[in-house]
Amino acid sequence: MDTKAPIVENVFGISWLSFNLSNVLMITLVSVIILIICIAATRKLQMKPTGAQNVMEWYVDFIKGLIGDTMDWKTGKTFLPLGLTLFLFILISNVIGMVTVVVVDDYSWWGSPTADAGVTLALAFMIVLLSHFYGLKLRGGKEYGKKFFEPVFFMFPFKVIEEFTNTLTLGLRLFGNMFAGGMLTALIIGIGAKSIGGAVLASVPMLIWSGYSLFIAGIQAFIFTMLTMLYISHKVEASH
Amino acid sequence: MHFYSDFLTLGAVGGLRTGDMFFTIILFIILLALLKKFAWGPLMETMEKREEYVKNEIEMAEKSRREAETASKEAKAQLRQTKEEAQKIIDEARNTAKQEEQKIIDIARQEATRLKEAAEADIQNEKEKAIQALQDQVASLSVLIASKVIEKEISAQDQEKLINEYIKEVGEER
Repeated sequence: MDTKAPIVENVFGISWLSFNLSNVLMITLVSVIILIICIAATRKLQMKPTGAQNVMEWYVDFIKGLIGDTMDWKTGKTFLPLGLTLFLFILISNVIGMVTVVVVDDYSWWGSPTADAGVTLALAFMIVLLSHFYGLKLRGGKEYGKKFFEPVFFMFPFKVIEEFTNTLTLGLRLFGNMFAGGMLTALIIGIGAKSIGGAVLASVPMLIWSGYSLFIAGIQAFIFTMLTMLYISHKVEASH
Repeated sequence: MHFYSDFLTLGAVGGLRTGDMFFTIILFIILLALLKKFAWGPLMETMEKREEYVKNEIEMAEKSRREAETASKEAKAQLRQTKEEAQKIIDEARNTAKQEEQKIIDIARQEATRLKEAAEADIQNEKEKAIQALQDQVASLSVLIASKVIEKEISAQDQEKLINEYIKEVGEER
């Protein structure tokens, strides 16, 4: 017996507008969690950091390093809040799906929002759009346009296609990893749930896979943030 | 019977939900704005402030170290100068003392010489006086003796002899 996603179609009578309420709920939940954690950790900021502030500062330094790898820090400074928010958003989204399962009337409400292609593609689309926006803003139309004809003019079609493939690969990489992770977890549990022997047999791979999933969740958040900064740097930095 | 695996396969994959996409982007932007205002902004500000503070502190430390070095150099130079001055004063005092000593000795010597000379002069004087006195005495005594002798007997021969001797003596005296 399969569970269904709580999908609402034709919202406000608009035929193409549909929601997966599970995703809406989880994204809201993730946002609220991040908001609470970050705001709580940055209350009472001191010159001599303690506890939570130390962690947050370590995190800021980590993202700083990530941005510093791809572009000049002077321009990169602008994208620090984006990088900080993006990494946390994706990391928490990835991890939250492993925590539990909530099913009400055959509708599955709990899961990683990043295990949905729509969500990840939306994020990727937003990133690519941002990179163009900042490319135009920081370097001007002429310099921005010139990028499409480098190193030779006939690269133009490829450069245009690249923008779309970038969006697709960025979004689908994250989606694929998280979705596959969830599928494999489900398969292992499927073995374990059939019989007692199966449960014993499945416990070891389950343990390993859970750890590995956590690892993947971190790695994918890292890759997504890193590629974001790389794409942005391609647009905002002068060609080398 | 429900299996966990059944729950996990979800309704997934099928179709992109446009609503989700809009919702994701909008919520992400709201989250970004809120975090930037309430978390990242203050945090980055604090970190920058600390960087500035540490930089200032290092500069201050370097400055005070340099100042201390100069002060110590000055103190050393001053100490050396003071020592030299002290040495000079001691040397001067020593020289003055030597000179004073020499002067005192010279004066003493002069005084001694003067006293000695005075004493010698006195002695000479006394001696001459004594000789004079003695000679006077001798003269009167000899006259006395002579008169005694003459009283007794005196020959012409003797008289002549006597006179000659006197004359001779007188001549020698001259």
